[in-house]
Amino acid sequence: MFGPRFWRFWRMIDLGAEMQRLQSEMNRLFSGYIPAHGHEFPAINVWVGKADAIVTAELPGIDPKKIDISVVADTLTLSGSREKDVLKEGETYHRQERSYGSYTRTLQIPFEVDVSKVDAKYEKGVLRITLPRSEEVKPKKISIKSE
Amino acid sequence: MADEKKELQRKETRGSVETERTRNRRVYVPKTDIYETKDAIVLVADMPGVDEKSVDITLEKNVLTITGVVEPETYKDHSIAYYEYDSGDYQRAFTISDEVDREKIEASVSQGVLRVTLPKAEPVKAKKISIKTG
Repeated sequence: MFGPRFWRFWRMIDLGAEMQRLQSEMNRLFSGYIPAHGHEFPAINVWVGKADAIVTAELPGIDPKKIDISVVADTLTLSGSREKDVLKEGETYHRQERSYGSYTRTLQIPFEVDVSKVDAKYEKGVLRITLPRSEEVKPKKISIKSE
Repeated sequence: MADEKKELQRKETRGSVETERTRNRRVYVPKTDIYETKDAIVLVADMPGVDEKSVDITLEKNVLTITGVVEPETYKDHSIAYYEYDSGDYQRAFTISDEVDREKIEASVSQGVLRVTLPKAEPVKAKKISIKTG
């Protein structure tokens, strides 16, 4: 928690922005949303607003047609595969760090989604899915019948 | 398995170049593949969030530096509910050999993937030096 980044800020001139970043990092830390870096592919962030939820995923270098998105009620499933570059004969790898293979991520959105209005965009290797809240999930009153 | 997880983790760096950056953002090392073909060395780097305008490639002496700038993700009236990755800038430097034809280096960015082609230089032809008698 008090890693080098924490101490480094004293040397910064741009204190305002650093303090703000620090504060937002602290807020994230204390709100219980500790990043779960790198255990799953792709990495996902979820933003929730009053009207909708935005899910972003880092998926560099994928044909958007090959990303499979499905939504059922409040569950979002993202699947597809990342193809390996095929080398021709005589070509050799010096270094191979990028990962390949198929992936599936399932995510529960905190509310029921209006499936017909889900919108997905793929830009600069980042997938962004907007999931509007369903109109039907308004609180229902349940009356108790007496006999 | 443990190694696999380690591999997948994003590495953070303060920039391999020994200078302080002016931009106050996190910097990540992009995961890179490098392969060699008959006449070039190709470098492929995953840099989600960048496009051709936000990537900078410089070659100074023998060091090829890749820098990518990513604008922070923020959505109005939304708060983060679940968070697995943090966006930041990218920086990575590679030492390249003299065999590369510096004038013909090409780079392109597509869907967050940077591809740099470093063509191999024509082998220096052996020159025969005649000795004059005088």
